[in-house]
Amino acid sequence: MTQSKELGEVNESRVNMITLTINNRQISVPAGTTILDAARRNEIHIPTLCDDPRLEPYGGCRLCLVQVKGMPRPVTACTTPATDGMEVETSNAEIERQRRTVVELLLSDHPNDCMVCEKAGDCMLQELAYFYNVRENRFAGERRTYAKKDMNPFIERDMEKCILCGKCVRVCDEVQGVAAIDIANRGFGSKISPPFDKDLNCEFCGQCVSVCPTGALLGKESLGKGRQKDVKEVETVCPYCGCGCNLTLHVSRNEVVRVTSKQDTVNEGWLCVKGRFGFNFISSPDRLTAPLIRKGGAFAEASWEEALGYIAERLTAIKSKHGPDAIGGLASARCTNEENYLFQKFMRAAIGTNNVDHCARYCHSSTVAGLATVFGSGAMTNSIAEIEKNDVMFVIGSNTKESHPIIALRMIKAKRKGAKLIIADPRRVPLVRFADIWLQHRPGTDVALLNGMMHVIVKENLVDRAFIESMTDGFDEEFKKNLEPYSPEAAESITGVPKDLIVKAARLYAGSKKAGIYYTMGITQHAHGTDNVYAIANLALMTGNLGKEGAGVNPLRGQNNVQGSTDMGCIPNMYPGYQRVTVPAIRQKFEALWNVKLPDKDGLTAPEMLMAAEKGSLKALYIMGENPALSDPDLTHTVKALKALEFLVVQDIFMTETAELAHVVLPGASFAEKVGTFTNTERRVQRVRRAVNSPGTAMKDSLIIMELSKRMGYEMNYSHTVEIFREIGQAWPALAGMSYARLEDGGIQWPCPTPDHPGTQYLFKGGFPRGRGRFTAVTYQPSHEEPDKEYPFILTTGRTLFQYHTGTMTRKVRPINAVSPEPFIEINPQDARALSLESGAKVRVSSRRGSITLKAVVTKRPGKGVVFIPFHFKEAAANILTSGTALDPVAKIPSFKVSTVRVEKVS
Amino acid sequence: MNKDILIKVCMGTGGIAAGGEAVIAAFEKAFRSAGISASVEKNCSVHKVGCRGFCARDVLVDVIVNGDKFTYEYIKPDMVERIVNAHIKAGIPVAEWLVKDDYHTFHNKQVKVVLSDCGEVDPEDIDSYINRGGYEATKKVLTAMSPEETIETVKASGLRGRGGAGFPTGVKWEMARRQPGSVKYIICNADEGDPGAFMDRSVVEGNPHAVIEGMIIGAYAFGARYGYVYIRAEYPLAVERLHLALRQARERGFLGEKILGTEFSFDIKIKLGAGAFVCGEETALIASIEGKRGQPRAKPPFPVQKGLWGKPTVINNVETLANVPYIIRKGAEWFAGMGTEKSKGTKVFALTGKIKNSGLIEVPMGIQLREIIFDIGGGIEGGKKLKAVQTGGPSGGCIPASMVDTAVDYESLARMGSIVGSGGMVVLDETDCMVNVAKYFLQFTQAESCGKCVPCRVGTKRLLEILTRITEGKGKEGDLELLEILSSDVKTTSLCGLGQTAPNPVLSTLKYYRDEYEAHIFEKRCPAGVCKDLLTYSILEEFCKGCTACTRVCPAGAIIGEKKKPHKIIQDVCIKCGACFETCKFKAIKKG
Repeated sequence: MTQSKELGEVNESRVNMITLTINNRQISVPAGTTILDAARRNEIHIPTLCDDPRLEPYGGCRLCLVQVKGMPRPVTACTTPATDGMEVETSNAEIERQRRTVVELLLSDHPNDCMVCEKAGDCMLQELAYFYNVRENRFAGERRTYAKKDMNPFIERDMEKCILCGKCVRVCDEVQGVAAIDIANRGFGSKISPPFDKDLNCEFCGQCVSVCPTGALLGKESLGKGRQKDVKEVETVCPYCGCGCNLTLHVSRNEVVRVTSKQDTVNEGWLCVKGRFGFNFISSPDRLTAPLIRKGGAFAEASWEEALGYIAERLTAIKSKHGPDAIGGLASARCTNEENYLFQKFMRAAIGTNNVDHCARYCHSSTVAGLATVFGSGAMTNSIAEIEKNDVMFVIGSNTKESHPIIALRMIKAKRKGAKLIIADPRRVPLVRFADIWLQHRPGTDVALLNGMMHVIVKENLVDRAFIESMTDGFDEEFKKNLEPYSPEAAESITGVPKDLIVKAARLYAGSKKAGIYYTMGITQHAHGTDNVYAIANLALMTGNLGKEGAGVNPLRGQNNVQGSTDMGCIPNMYPGYQRVTVPAIRQKFEALWNVKLPDKDGLTAPEMLMAAEKGSLKALYIMGENPALSDPDLTHTVKALKALEFLVVQDIFMTETAELAHVVLPGASFAEKVGTFTNTERRVQRVRRAVNSPGTAMKDSLIIMELSKRMGYEMNYSHTVEIFREIGQAWPALAGMSYARLEDGGIQWPCPTPDHPGTQYLFKGGFPRGRGRFTAVTYQPSHEEPDKEYPFILTTGRTLFQYHTGTMTRKVRPINAVSPEPFIEINPQDARALSLESGAKVRVSSRRGSITLKAVVTKRPGKGVVFIPFHFKEAAANILTSGTALDPVAKIPSFKVSTVRVEKVS
Repeated sequence: MNKDILIKVCMGTGGIAAGGEAVIAAFEKAFRSAGISASVEKNCSVHKVGCRGFCARDVLVDVIVNGDKFTYEYIKPDMVERIVNAHIKAGIPVAEWLVKDDYHTFHNKQVKVVLSDCGEVDPEDIDSYINRGGYEATKKVLTAMSPEETIETVKASGLRGRGGAGFPTGVKWEMARRQPGSVKYIICNADEGDPGAFMDRSVVEGNPHAVIEGMIIGAYAFGARYGYVYIRAEYPLAVERLHLALRQARERGFLGEKILGTEFSFDIKIKLGAGAFVCGEETALIASIEGKRGQPRAKPPFPVQKGLWGKPTVINNVETLANVPYIIRKGAEWFAGMGTEKSKGTKVFALTGKIKNSGLIEVPMGIQLREIIFDIGGGIEGGKKLKAVQTGGPSGGCIPASMVDTAVDYESLARMGSIVGSGGMVVLDETDCMVNVAKYFLQFTQAESCGKCVPCRVGTKRLLEILTRITEGKGKEGDLELLEILSSDVKTTSLCGLGQTAPNPVLSTLKYYRDEYEAHIFEKRCPAGVCKDLLTYSILEEFCKGCTACTRVCPAGAIIGEKKKPHKIIQDVCIKCGACFETCKFKAIKKG
């Protein structure tokens, strides 16, 4: 039996088993297992340099040669399938002699400078030299030397240390789907090389670094900062997107010097450029190190006592003068569950208001609103690992390869296993390279596209009749009548997608047994985002793609703990665990738990708080780890609203654009400086562990809240973070079965109601929380702004691979800024020609709300008439252009994905 | 006046290089100006034909008047007018330009199957092939034979793969036929890469339709819908003629949908190789067609199980496929009647080296090596002594002169420590240094190793370094043992055939010529006088006439002396080029 940390024990059928003997030991393995894997499963050591169980077998290093009875010559264990009755000998004098020859040959073409090599102590070649006791080399001769250095900012490539095992080439192609390198030249001159031996220019995921057995590939930022034998390894979770990748922080002298990841993790050991190389913000000299109080026009450093006392005093005064609802709080999707739990508890119990929200409002509030209504729960229904079990993947409105890079890797893996991929996106996002069908619809026309597909599915009777009847409500004549107008022709005229492709996609999706839908902001960030989500739910319901393994509806969450911060009740209408604040019985439960009287009406959402601030009804705002002055729509308005506040407190690790407007700035702790839990996009609660001390007097966010709460007259005493976690379990049954001890190894997916519950790999097995899944008829609504003469382009905003959100962290990382230094606008070549633009030209982009100036990138990525600007850059903040008033009526999410703009060349 | 005039001009690569095109033009011009074209019209024609083997005598021209064939050698355009006037008009062949006896002895012991139409048919004209029975085999299998019968016939013929490994062709087809799945491929391996080998090139250039026909029959036999010819881009003439032949075959309905009105459809694409020797290895070849780096992978799975695009794939060599139509036409028994018990039929060899008659030959399997060298090849050039025969190219080995009575077939050559291989046969004489020969082949395999596996990439490099230092006089005690152990490890541990056979030239020369290696290492002497670093040139005073011829040719200015007095070579300055040795008329230069 094999163990998987993600899924526990893997069920292995005993049907297709074969039995072989290795070193006279009888071993049973599933048919198709290689000799090497069979040996590994049974702890029989066979040396290898070129094998990685996650990659296709290679057979290049020749170290795993074994003798198989009846075969004329030794065979490589990594490439040879075990067969029934096979007799294998993994070691004898002859084989060991041959292995030694191979090691000696490798060392004869190697610098052998272990004394100063970064990889010493962690080098597989060094290990083999040790085990084979290679001192003198019989084959000493010419060694490959290279004068050229690779000047890319991330990866040190010392090809003299390369042993040509080809792992980097394979991982780049098979796993990452990039193929940025291959073996060039022949014979002794063979060399791993980017095309034409140029500098490496790729996604810089560093997967190659992670699989390199020698010191040939290393992270440049880590050089000279500590070798493996001297570092302390700390297991934790990545602070960037919602994939929840497990990181191993390598700590030397109170500094994170390197990041790696283990293979038996949710991310299978793979990381993206941010996760692997984006860690230097932790030790950035720009970190906030002491509380700051605005005195006159400038900030002055203050003691914690002074700063906390001042905040308590001001908030208490505002509360007593204007009531608790004059105060609002924004929690943080970057902070831990424990911190977010404390934050909303502080707002509700200490301040006495439900005015608590956070950035999920701007990403997946329409998901929570939509899916909770029709299913009864609004999270990813399936697990990341289940992507491999999809036979069709439908990715809509998600630039997965850049925004959720590790989930994209699973999709590429599924694709390699034979799954089909449909992508619907107005832009030619990188994953399109792997797509079987790409539907390039106009921004904002998702409902028309999805209804068009459903029209075909209903018309061709491709629906799952049995599922509809047993599991759903609302698939009635009225619902079907609503789809009637969305013929492929009609859908084509709205979306711009050729009707044949709509039909093809509908048939492919409906014809699949296990189809997974994956979506993100392209669906949710619209003034009709909730309708989009309903349409997606309808599609999955009518084809029965719910409640089973490898089939479902999967909103991918964009921040490390945005799932958790929503789970923790950092939303104005719900307590932790999606329990409504307006339901008396629930309120009473929380009043009992928290031992305080709680407010009984819904609080304000984030955009509503800003509107209230502008109007003057909201006087104070407490922001923990968010940066609305760059991330919120219509920044001019946002900044005006923030400035209108009587009192603004910002708790962060850097002086953000928002913090600059604050009256008090408090230095918090980064993810590497605290313990707690993050919940990733697949509902997996995972441990966060402390690796280094915070700089200066910066304090853990949970401690800051406790100290402040105490000063506001509501004592919160937790001597250890685990006590907070236990209280969360009391507040929300879905987490009741979890404990730090149980989370120690790989985490658990909620719901996990009891200590012996294994967690929930996929939702809705056997039914929906609300009883039956509900169909909701939706009609296509044009976006709030349509292109016109004055503003002829549709602007869509989003992320890039290298930067993250408002850049608070990534823009402090030198190599990231080297490859992604400045804002840009993507514009289609046809449009560029009409405007006489070339890549690199400066353009002014204006909307009804403002204008920014930035560099043009002419590319076929967006279709004609569509432009794209990433929102990471304060120098040309995309959100100056977006609208803060075009909100979804249900979820109040702004329409980040559709605004109309004008583009002009600046001379 | 003559009724029937046919001129056949060799237009293989050798013929073209010797000026074949100009010779054709000269004949056409001469016919026109002599009024012959007009008077005999259609019955007078000048044909280009493929290689007939004896490339050393190009341009070879057959003049066939009313069926009487005379063959001329070394023909240049300016000789044509006399041939036309004397031979065609006056009926008296130009005796001094006709081929000599050795042309006939070169051919007497040959048995031509694959090459039977080479040099006869016009490779650019499908009718020329059809007129000699071409595509009869295709018609026969498609209309009168089941796929099983076709496979049985090929099995019964005993045909084995001519690319080197010698796997029974019919068995391979049968295995492919048994594989599940409806999509299967046939690939013709025309990536001939052994140095000095030009068998497949000559077949494709001289008779491309035989290869196409072989592929059609194979595809029919095991159920392939598409085929590829993987051919090196360095064979432009072969590629051009193959393209032309495919087009003509399609036009005549031998390729495409519903061939000859049957339910069988098949077509062929050409994929050009980019010059990597290793792409002749079947898994590397497949990777190359798929657009990947040409690198071998481990087997199993074998291509016949999982080949091109993951589908069952048969890869046959050019010569193997070109045999097939003849086997179908003439029957398995006819083919099996040639050769030995285990090696049936004939084999084409590229005979080169220190031999009088070099060229392309086809001999029955089992012929004695002696017959090839002394009868067909006419013996060693310059009356020197035969030293060894290297067969099988860089994967092969050397057979010493003492074993020249051995039979040439798969089994016998393997016993000698060599292989039939694809058919390279290099004759070495007493002036060849065997260490140097081994070094030459190692240089080749090292440069052509794909770099994937350690023993081949680094091991062959180290073998080469050791051989190099031996030839430079820097060999050490223990080097031979090191060569042996490393050779053995490279052979055993390498991934593909390239590495597994790369040490063969070292091992076989070490086996038969160890004393020569030892002389290099311990006596710092190259017995054959080849290895420069071990040579000294000196002047024998008693013979030197002081003619100064040597001083004039010495590029290094290493020879001094007064006119008519004995000269002297300054050893420090001498670069051992041997120019003085070649120039001296008085044998006054001593080499050694």
